[in-house]
Formats: sequence, C-alpha cells, structure tokens
Amino acid sequence: MDGELTRMTAADLAAAIAAGDVSAAEVTEAHLARIEEADPRVRAFLHVAGDQARAAARAVDERRAAGGELGPLAGVPLALKDVFTTIDMPTTCGSAILDGWCPPYDATITRRLREAGVVLLGKTNMDEFAMGSSTENSAFGPSHNPWDLDRVPGGSSGGSSAAVAAFEAPLGLGTDTGGSIRQPGAVCGVVGVKPTYGGNSRYGVVAFASSLDTPGPLARTVLDAALLHEVISGHDPCDSTSVDAPVPPVVAAARQADVSGMVIGVVPELGGEGIQPGVLAKFNESVELLESLGAKVTEVSCPHFSYALPAYYLIAPSEASSNLARFDAMRYGLRVGDDGTHSAEEVMALTREQGFGAEVKRRIMLGTYALSSGYYDAYYGKAQQVRTLIIRDFEAAFERVDVLISPTTPTTAFRLGERVDDPIAMYLADLYTIPADLAGNAALSVPCGLAPEDGLPVGLQVMAPVLADDRMYRVAAAVEAALDARRGYPLLNDARGLA
Amino acid sequence: MPIARDDVAHLARLSRLALGEEELDHLAAQLDVIIAAVAKVQEVAADGIPPTSHAVPLVNVFREDVLVECLSADAVLSQAPAVEQQRFRVPRILAED
Repeated sequence: MDGELTRMTAADLAAAIAAGDVSAAEVTEAHLARIEEADPRVRAFLHVAGDQARAAARAVDERRAAGGELGPLAGVPLALKDVFTTIDMPTTCGSAILDGWCPPYDATITRRLREAGVVLLGKTNMDEFAMGSSTENSAFGPSHNPWDLDRVPGGSSGGSSAAVAAFEAPLGLGTDTGGSIRQPGAVCGVVGVKPTYGGNSRYGVVAFASSLDTPGPLARTVLDAALLHEVISGHDPCDSTSVDAPVPPVVAAARQADVSGMVIGVVPELGGEGIQPGVLAKFNESVELLESLGAKVTEVSCPHFSYALPAYYLIAPSEASSNLARFDAMRYGLRVGDDGTHSAEEVMALTREQGFGAEVKRRIMLGTYALSSGYYDAYYGKAQQVRTLIIRDFEAAFERVDVLISPTTPTTAFRLGERVDDPIAMYLADLYTIPADLAGNAALSVPCGLAPEDGLPVGLQVMAPVLADDRMYRVAAAVEAALDARRGYPLLNDARGLA
Repeated sequence: MPIARDDVAHLARLSRLALGEEELDHLAAQLDVIIAAVAKVQEVAADGIPPTSHAVPLVNVFREDVLVECLSADAVLSQAPAVEQQRFRVPRILAED
C-alpha cells in the first residue's frame, strides 16, 4: 500500500483520506519512507520535518474523527521551497548567509497551507535566493533530476520539482521570478504554474525581485496544481501588492479540460534559433493535438519578446541588489569578523563576501551598476521601457487570442556542471518564460512528451491574460488528458533515473 | 564601453562585498560580457515610451490605525548574531579618533 500511496494524485489522496480509506498519518509515513529511500540520490530536501509532519497529519485525522470539515487537500503532503518562512523549520534560501536561521513567523502561504490541513514534509533545495536555473547555485549542493541523476532538475525551484517527480511528495510549492517554477516543472516532467502576479501573497517569501516574485504550485497533474492554487491564493493585507480580486476558477477549468472553440496563439519569437530539435518536434505535435481537440491555432507575433531577457537581467538584479542589502550581519544570519578590530561596515562586507555565492554576487554587482548614477537612464530606465513594450505586445495578442503557447524551455534538462561558469548560457534557460514575468500575467508549463533524442521531458507553456489563470488550466488539462489517453499511463512512469 | 577593473572595485565597495583580487578579475570579465548583452534594450526603448516599474497598477494601501500584536523582543533577538542587554549588539560604527 505504501508504494501505491506515493504514486497517487493529491486529489485522490484527499478523497481517500476524507472517505476514511486511509489515514493522513499513513499517507505521511509513506512519503517520509519514500524520502528516506530516494532523497540520498535526488537531494531534493534541505530539511525534512518528520515530527512536525506526523503531528500535522494526526491533527487532520483527529479533525475527521471528530466530524470536522476537511478542506480539499487535507492530509496531503507537500514539499515547500526553502524561500517560504516557517516558524518550526529552518529557512535558508539555499544560502550560507542564512544557514540555521529559524524565522520567528510563518509566511502567509505557509499559514494557509497549515490551515488547509496540508502536511509540510520539509523544505526543498533551491538556487541561492532563487537566482539560477539548475539548483547548482545552492550553498548546500545541487539536487538531481529523477529522469537522469546526472542532469539538473531545473531551478530555482528545482528541489520542489525533483521531489514531486521522484514521488517524494504529490505537491510542491515554488516561486517564479523569471521562470523558476515553469522551467524546473518542464525539465522534471511535472506541471509548474506561475499565477498572475499579485494573486498569491509574497508576505514571508524572502524577496529576490519584488515586482516579479510569484509563488505557485508544482504537481504531477493539472487538477492537483489547480487545487493547490485555490488553497494558497487570495488577497493578503500583509502584502501591499496583493491583488484584491476573486481567485480565478482554476479547479473548475481543470475539470472542464475542453479547448473546443478556443483561439490559441503561437508566438514565433519564442522558439527560433537555438531550440533543441526534439523540443520543437514535441511543441509542433502539441499544436496539432490542440487543433484536433477543436481549438483554432493561429500565429501571433510579439516583436518585443526578444528583448525580454536583456530587460530582465537589468530589472531583476537591480531589485535584488536593493532587497539583499538587508543581509547586513546585524540582526540575523551570519556574522563574520566581529572580533573587535573591524568596524560594522567592514563586518558587513566580510560577511557578505563569505555568505553569498558567486551568482548572487554577480547579480548584486550588476544591479548596483544598472542603478548607479550615469548608467541608470541607459540601463535600468531603458529596461523599464522595454517592460512597457512587452506588456503592449501581450495586450495586443490577447485581443486576438484566448491564450498564447510556446515551448517552456529551449532545451531539455542539461547536465550538472555544464553551464556553471557560463552565466549567459545559464540565463538562456529562461528565454521563453521571462516575458510573462515582466508583464505579470499568468503562465504554466504542462508536460507534452519526451524529446526523441534524449528521452527527457518537454514542457508546453500556456500563457493567459492577467487574472484569467483559469484559461491556461483549461488548455493544459485538455493536453494532459489527450496525451495520457494516447500513452495509456502517466508520463512519469517513464522516469528511469531512480530505477 | 568596456567596464574597467577600478569600476568593478568601486561597485564592490558600494555593494559591501569584500571581494578578493582574483574574484575581482573574474567578475570584471563576466560583467563586461553581461553588460554588453543587456545593452540590447537600448535598441528599442525610444523616447516617449513610459517606463513600467510594476506590472500591476499600484495605489497606496491604507488600513485603520489599530493596535495589533507584534513579535516579542525575545523572538526577534533569538536569531541575532550577538545580543546584549536585550538589544542587538553591533560592531563599532565610528572610527577610533
């Protein structure tokens, strides 16, 4: 039974727990056992919280025994990215500067998960402060892709995507700033969702680039992602950029799974030079599939999308250089050189030098450059104008089509070490995902098959207008259902990295 | 315009990063490549296009001025690198003379 429990969807687990077919405690034990078995190879978790998870599961079982109402994900385990603060577990953000930090408060999303009876299994690995596309920038070593342990699980939310793909947890939570949920979702063969910016609270999410950071779900099915989306979303007065609007009906859309009559736009600017042939082949098959399911597919040019990557690498580092100034060695975190001979300012510089990794330093320096007088107008100011142009491209496109599609990433999972000291090559992993972050609209990645040349998963990206998140769930669920029916079994059954 | 090593050292000071000599050289070369790549934004961003700092239009958010519970001093100080007399102890901030 244990093996079966870890292969079940979140929706089925919640139903089985609610019906009394299995207890939340048994479900949690099965997943903790799976973590013990698989995680020495996958290394998805930075911290496993067995005791807290067992207590949370017991509370769900007790509530059920007492006749209390259970939410749609009560008793379902989840892998939480180490960027969300947790009052009962360390929060490191993958950084040595926060090693051992136990935050004094829960993030709003952490709190909502607990209130919904979701069982937090622990904290997952990530690129330091969410800067990266492979988890190789983690101060605690990289995670491994369950399809091929010599390859990256994507990033920055690679710990959560690997945990979900390795059946260590049915649900994961990540954050997306330039693609950090969708790209790891794509290369691990799972669903990854970046909701509309502001739809999910950033309170208690350690900040990278505040105008872009968006928490969102990772799951093995579109419906599971939608269920998690509804549990975590909604207005939060603790986050001044939280949108005070109803949560889009994403669960209903995932159940609807019907694209007949929808108009879908293909963006030619996302998928040109440098794309892996197998990725392009799977994308083209997805286009044909959507047409066969009754959608009208048309090409929609978004001419400024090719400027999204350079704009992002000015805007995100600029915001990061400001946000990361809070790591000053005074109130929490690492402190280096406090021996009576160094001033506070010297202690700050020594601590940040030792506590930050190479990529974080690169981005702080780049952001400081872009914001410094004399360069501000030429770099940061221009990037902000490009952001306007990208938003206008989206607005024009959505006048003609319901959603836009593209491949999620230019390539499948690359090898560990391959791009570590080549920042530009690493940045290209987010080439197709960045436009939606800059514009703030909703986007997700759904698996659309395996690239023939390497047998690794390919993601289809679906982009929807701001606060129309439900549209992309409709499309993704339809693609998922058709591909599962054609294959006869779930895609992840083909993952052989842990066999 | 290539970025000079002195500029990189200046940026490191502004960023409060005590970079080593080797790290400085390495970063200078990488920043040069990255800055050349991101300068592409200058090709399209013409005068008259308003800048966007935020995808969602923002207005100031107010709330009623009511007392709410906050974290206790003990909870906050429990994570401090150094504590003295229920306060954060910090290294000296002024020069000796």
